[in-house]
Amino acid sequence: MSELNKLTLAEARDALRKGDVTSVELTDACLSEIDAAGALNAFVHHTPEIARDQAAAADARIKAGDAPAMCGLPIGIKDLFCTKGVPSQAGSRILEGFLPQYESTITQNLFDAGAVMLGKLNMDEFAMGSSNETSVYGNAVNPWRRGNDDTALTPGGSSGGSASAVAADLCLAATGTDTGGSIRQPAAFVGITGIKPTYGRCSRWGVVAFASSLDQAGPMTKSVRDGAIMLEAMCSHDPKDSTSADLPVPNFEAMLTGDIKGKKIGIPKEYRMDGMPDEIETLWAEGTAMLRDAGAEIVDISLPHTKYALPAYYVIAPAEASSNLARYDGVRYGHRAKLDQGDGITEMYEKTRAEGFGAEVQRRVMIGTYVLSAGFYDAYYNRARKVRTLIKRDFEDVFAQGVDAILTPATPSAAFGLGEASDDPVEMYLNDVFTVTVNMAGLPGIAVPAGQDAQGLPLGLQLIGRPWEEGDLLNTAYALEARAGFVAKPSKWW
Amino acid sequence: MSIDESTAKRVAKLARIQVAPERLPALAAEFNTILGFIEQLSEVDVDGVEPMTSVTPQRLKRRVDEVTDGSQQEAVLTNAPDAREGFFAVPKVVE
Repeated sequence: MSELNKLTLAEARDALRKGDVTSVELTDACLSEIDAAGALNAFVHHTPEIARDQAAAADARIKAGDAPAMCGLPIGIKDLFCTKGVPSQAGSRILEGFLPQYESTITQNLFDAGAVMLGKLNMDEFAMGSSNETSVYGNAVNPWRRGNDDTALTPGGSSGGSASAVAADLCLAATGTDTGGSIRQPAAFVGITGIKPTYGRCSRWGVVAFASSLDQAGPMTKSVRDGAIMLEAMCSHDPKDSTSADLPVPNFEAMLTGDIKGKKIGIPKEYRMDGMPDEIETLWAEGTAMLRDAGAEIVDISLPHTKYALPAYYVIAPAEASSNLARYDGVRYGHRAKLDQGDGITEMYEKTRAEGFGAEVQRRVMIGTYVLSAGFYDAYYNRARKVRTLIKRDFEDVFAQGVDAILTPATPSAAFGLGEASDDPVEMYLNDVFTVTVNMAGLPGIAVPAGQDAQGLPLGLQLIGRPWEEGDLLNTAYALEARAGFVAKPSKWW
Repeated sequence: MSIDESTAKRVAKLARIQVAPERLPALAAEFNTILGFIEQLSEVDVDGVEPMTSVTPQRLKRRVDEVTDGSQQEAVLTNAPDAREGFFAVPKVVE
């Protein structure tokens, strides 16, 4: 078999079980691709020894007839996940040298299912960013380019390294996390599938916290089927996360029939934004037609509070971040600033955090501190939480009308050039305009590659589902994927 | 609501992040841009709306109040920038 690194999870799994290939061969193929792909800056901590050990163990399991869902499949892990004894920095200087003494529940679940870890993946610092430009490791780079133009493009963020690595076939799949769109936006920017499950499906234990009421992990994969396989392996009820749902995890892959006859798909009018590029508008219309052709009933819907989701997010997420990131104080782990004669503990905190946090993280921590401070708590934080209630109610109303899923664009544009975004932080925030509502309402969402712009860059559509009905959502995505027939790959320049 | 330099300074202090005095005007300007964006929320009628506390309706699980983990002093201190005699070490806190 040639080019093993290009296989999907499903193809590799089937080949492993048939004995056509070994996990060691698959793993070695990925490791040499990773070594040759330094220009993408996707993998930032390499774990080839762990990978080869896990691969050998997986081969032994397969031989013994005990091959769980992810057995022998080499994947990448976002740097946000704590992996025992392996650097886990959340893309930040403040966690330099930190070696977790425990394993996150999700990586443990994946390892229990036989997965092989190739290394840790680049990301925006503490998952705060939409272009992977806030990372202490430097920018991750999109394997796609605009035609023959060699301008380096962003793979999106915050899971930019995950997106770049999967699109460039450095690994078969990767984990991501999504607080406002950090799985779905990068997936759309590189032409892969990205799933954010219902809040509570995936344990947050051992995942470095950004905004705890919004954070969810999910898979980033080469196909919807792969997303179903990997999501099931990631999900579990976890007593170590008090918001983890005690619900059975369905066999998502078995629910992929492609039959969506009679399903009601909502098209929200509020997602038709001023100044939206024609290509996105066209893609959305084509996606709608594909679902109609597949037998779904298309209905116009309204989600009236959509425009307030981003501003409410930029109160709630920084507020939670300011609280969560208070733990980085130079005492228990990570970086501590060198102190001058006479410096006390306050100077230690202030210098450590000034040196350890990058500009965007500092900005958000301070905004969060401000909106939670005495006198502003009601005006900002409580108001934002009330608006969040209304945003969720919008979705509940639509689902009560019998809508099964909602189709929207995944992003307001194709991938942009690294360094091309303006210095205005709010402009960068607008990248998440279509995805952030889903986190605010705790719903499952999936980005599916559906087309290309005039310059050949991938474009994605997003499907939003009912809470806990990831299986049904995945099936709708599967039908969309089949009709969109997106097979383009970036040509290798790295 | 407009943030001036002294407010920016106060927020930086509350957040325990050292900001050089010459950075304060730019920081205040960035805050104002973001707060200007957030200001849209004041258009929304939120009368009688409960602030969200949990995005999925769930009751926190209860368990028996007993020790389930512990005796991991070494692991807990492994990543400390300065640990001595089984404790985290920090600069003098009280005179």
